[in-house]
Amino acid sequence: MILHVNGHEQDASPLPGQCLRTMLRELGWFGVKKGCDAGDCGACTVHLDGEPVHSCLLPAFRSEGRSVTTIEGLGGPCRPGEGGAQPLHPMQAAFLGAQGYQCGFCTPGMIMTASALDQGQIGDLATALKGNLCRCTGYGAIADAVAGVARVERPEDARDDPCGRSIPALAGPRIVSGSAAFTFDLAVPDLLHLKVLRSPHAHARILRIDRADALAVPGVVAVFTHDDVPAGRFSTGRHENPLDDAPDTRVLDSILRFVGQRVAAVVATSEAAAEAGCAALTVDYEIRDAVFDPDEALRAGSPLVHDGADQPGDDAPPRLSHPNLAAEVHGEVGDVAAGFAEADLIHEAAYDSQRVQHAHLETHGAVGWRDEDGRLVIRSSTQTPFLTRDALANLFGLERDAVRVLCGRVGGGFGGKQEMLTEDLVALAVLATDRPVKWEMTRQEQFTATTTRHPMRVRVKIGARQDGTLTAIALHVVSNTGAYGNHAGGVIHHGCNEVIGVYRCPNKRVDGYAVYTHTLPSGAFRGYGLSQTIFAVESAMDELARGLGLDPFEMRRRNVVRPGDPMVSNSLEPHDVEYGSYGLDQCLDLVASAMDELMPAETPSADWLVGEGMAMAMIDTIPPRGHFSEARIALQADGRYHLDVGTAEFGNGTTTVLAQIAASALSTSPDRIALRHGDTDGVGHDTGAYGSTGIVVAGQATLKAALSLAQALREAAAERGGGAPSECRPHQDGVSTSSGEIGFAEILSGGAIERAGKADGSPRSVAFNVQGFRVAVHRSSGEVRILDSVHAADAGRVLNPMQCRGQIEGGVAQAIGAALYEAIRVDDRGRVITQTFRNYHIPAFADVPRTHVLFADTYDGIGPLGAKSMSESPFNPVAPALANAIRDATGARLTSTPFAPDRIYLAVMEAVGQCDGPV
Amino acid sequence: MDLNSIGAVTMPRNRSDLSGWRDGDAWLAGGTWLFSEPQPRLRRLVDLSSLGWKPHEASERGLSLAATCTIAELFRLDLPASWSAAPLFAQCCRALLGSFKIWNMATVGGNICLALPAAPMIALATALEGTCLVWTPDGAEREVAITDLVLASQCTSLAPGEILRRIDLPLAALKRRTAFRQVSLSPNGRSGALLIGTLDPSGAFALTITASTRRPLRQVFPTLPDAAVLADSITEAVPATLYHDDVHGTPDWRRHMTFTLAEEIRREFENESRA
Repeated sequence: MILHVNGHEQDASPLPGQCLRTMLRELGWFGVKKGCDAGDCGACTVHLDGEPVHSCLLPAFRSEGRSVTTIEGLGGPCRPGEGGAQPLHPMQAAFLGAQGYQCGFCTPGMIMTASALDQGQIGDLATALKGNLCRCTGYGAIADAVAGVARVERPEDARDDPCGRSIPALAGPRIVSGSAAFTFDLAVPDLLHLKVLRSPHAHARILRIDRADALAVPGVVAVFTHDDVPAGRFSTGRHENPLDDAPDTRVLDSILRFVGQRVAAVVATSEAAAEAGCAALTVDYEIRDAVFDPDEALRAGSPLVHDGADQPGDDAPPRLSHPNLAAEVHGEVGDVAAGFAEADLIHEAAYDSQRVQHAHLETHGAVGWRDEDGRLVIRSSTQTPFLTRDALANLFGLERDAVRVLCGRVGGGFGGKQEMLTEDLVALAVLATDRPVKWEMTRQEQFTATTTRHPMRVRVKIGARQDGTLTAIALHVVSNTGAYGNHAGGVIHHGCNEVIGVYRCPNKRVDGYAVYTHTLPSGAFRGYGLSQTIFAVESAMDELARGLGLDPFEMRRRNVVRPGDPMVSNSLEPHDVEYGSYGLDQCLDLVASAMDELMPAETPSADWLVGEGMAMAMIDTIPPRGHFSEARIALQADGRYHLDVGTAEFGNGTTTVLAQIAASALSTSPDRIALRHGDTDGVGHDTGAYGSTGIVVAGQATLKAALSLAQALREAAAERGGGAPSECRPHQDGVSTSSGEIGFAEILSGGAIERAGKADGSPRSVAFNVQGFRVAVHRSSGEVRILDSVHAADAGRVLNPMQCRGQIEGGVAQAIGAALYEAIRVDDRGRVITQTFRNYHIPAFADVPRTHVLFADTYDGIGPLGAKSMSESPFNPVAPALANAIRDATGARLTSTPFAPDRIYLAVMEAVGQCDGPV
Repeated sequence: MDLNSIGAVTMPRNRSDLSGWRDGDAWLAGGTWLFSEPQPRLRRLVDLSSLGWKPHEASERGLSLAATCTIAELFRLDLPASWSAAPLFAQCCRALLGSFKIWNMATVGGNICLALPAAPMIALATALEGTCLVWTPDGAEREVAITDLVLASQCTSLAPGEILRRIDLPLAALKRRTAFRQVSLSPNGRSGALLIGTLDPSGAFALTITASTRRPLRQVFPTLPDAAVLADSITEAVPATLYHDDVHGTPDWRRHMTFTLAEEIRREFENESRA
């Protein structure tokens, strides 16, 4: 059939059930994204005869004879592969100017929708954009884009020192034009597609898999079962030290430990054939008893998730006091019992944090092939290309240099991609078939079979004297790590650390347990355990302040650590965390005064109760025990620099700041820095983009390399008659010397000049976040409306204010989702029932308030150029700040997230009735 | 999403082309639900858009909506000034979880036949005493009240091969005043309760309860009841087991909101009549 795409006629032969999105991508229009594949997220939005539609819902055959415009053709006619039409459509330019994106995966659909709005719709974006989801930005930058408000500074405006300036993302023009190539945005000849049959049972042993019918399906090339995989066990969780996570996972296992675990994989010449192959597999299961609740799992006689009898051999997971215990942490400083005896007031309660999904709009997936040298190449949506490379080499018995892992542009991560969830199977299939193989997870798989935040029950007990001084803190934490132990130990340790390390208190005790159950695995998630424990501790601090008649800010000021105080959580072991800078006092003051100064919004009606709340968070700027990065930078004759860094970018803006840092050290502009990153061929090693290390570790390596290169340029100029190196000054076009200008070509006449830098992630500093909310709560329905949101952050010297603000806006928005709406529901048979965005509500435009972002004025002595991390931590104080505001408004102390109307209305009504509250 | 099990699509031009229904067939209207979930049991789609049904027709008898009328077409309807119920149309369109982009594709009939409790077209048709014209596979047709078509969540009285052709809204219903209330767990979320009150010029009051219950309910009162009578009536009509339970609201909250919103509607009319 014939249709017109972006002004040109194209011939297409869609399958009967194919959607327009797939057909357009097959025609080469990779700007049309597959986000939810169900009409909920809008990433696939195109114009059909001028009307915006979700192309994942439109049967492709209905486009016959019609005119389709994709993001690439919004500015004018263009053809596939041309990089999008120029000049840009005004809405594309507006998104560029406001940097209305972070990872950029939702951006084509967002722009296609925004460009089709009339004035009335633009006046009500909450309604007009309800079919477009963005997980990164929190929508503030999108609102600015649609309103034509610029957020970026031009690079040429920032030549003196690009650091501290709002330099736009280097990939921006590609993102708004639809030409940024995400993981799957490439055509691979001879490609095979992989699909996975998943377990219907929470706990079972596979007795038999009959693959004959599957192999008979036309197009099916191979079927893989547990008989075909390496014997070795690994953890999907990726850490610098692989021993951090129990090796309890096989590529395909004969024991199934959660509903959704891989049973078998089918590769075929099309996704349809691979799907049909999975459906044709016959599997006999021996169904076993399962346990879903962590407390039950720790009882004697409970079904074992990892039964030693199932896995004889040396590499069985280490055993703790109960076989279902994945990790534990215990420690006490001082004398907690004596501390509580001294207290005038004690608050004790249990706080529950639920399972939430990262919901990055690009699902997990990888494309693998062999390169011309026969190396295994995996292009993956990952935060940890190097650690994944190492794991693949180890698993398949290959030399490290026989494996290359690289990223395309990564469509969001939030910790979810600090896992090896697809690469192992793709590698297996490539090695077995010798053909390129792609596996792109569906959104349903993303919800049912990847990872989530660890659900936690935190029992907190805190005592204080009449004047507010804390006397003792005790935490009892139980996390549900699900069927596998990826990040079980890391999360329980981190979750029990900074949360109480920030408080000066002589007596502290922690007991933490990470427990295996027959549910989908938990994993790394923004905040890495802290969001759950901070919900408990900051709620408890609020109750104590109320009970003692103290202002909640004052309660914190009296108890927080200050430079010079030891930072102690549950042990007196020496550590490498220092006060590189300290801005918590400023953050508390900034939020307190901003909340005072904000004009109280009008109360919607007498049925709504208004209240204020705050909470704070501390985070170590780098994960413990080493986080490594390498950078290499080389001068080009034209005055540009090639910078190779290992770290991955998944929308966090790291690459922009790396270019700023390099440009600053070399006195040039960031657009002269050509950056390559996220590729194991680029440098020797990089731990990866997790733990908010993009600036503080990769940036440190970049700074060292760039400073070293600047010194080399000075020396080279001096050798060419410029006097002493210290008198030579590199700049945009060459090197100034006492005897005149020396051009870069001459500097390079003696050969290439390249320098490297390394960072090892130690010592570490601390960053701080304080969140304040004013909310209105409906006294009967339980609806919560956020009237005001203020967030102060101590990020050290802010190297890119626009991006840092974007990280905070996005982190607050994601946390609002987790605090008010989101919950992965698991039924009584262990099945995840929230499998789509319409049943798992992540914040849309209407759900997120504008957050006033304020920065403390500090300069870190440890981080590069004074900077600290600021990616995960804005998430952490949000839930307790909301809980405390709801408590203030209604009298109800909520101890379980999310605070959805149906879960809180009874508590609210009861509290309002009891206190006959303010009307 | 791609429906890879679909082997064929038929394009009927008239009613006789609709015969030959077989297992694995699905009527394709807007496709906004069909293409939003895996449909492994389906083999063939019958595309209703090729039938060219006129989307809507107003007459002295009322308003007829073709099953294939899109939400966007419904939203843009220009209704006679004497039809007091007109605001309800836009209110129900906006109550759809899907955005205005979905409105361009989704259909009134599709929304009804999917039979989700939150379906705003079911609420509209119930409040306006809609009658559904159903074509049966033997070439005949039958009329059924909307409250007899939608039986439970994702369950209708349509037999295999039957097709919803049209929804007729009688003139009398369109001339009633209306009051609309909706609540959901998030500001633009799927309805947890959607209630509509209608007040006839004769003084008769009717309350439509949807979204909170597993099927739509309409209760009629000769005059506007007082609060106690209304509450008692709901208690009697809606047993606890009829409240819907899914991730968009617990049954107890839906029940609570049903009573709350019903009373708000009652008071709205009461205040209007006092004014």
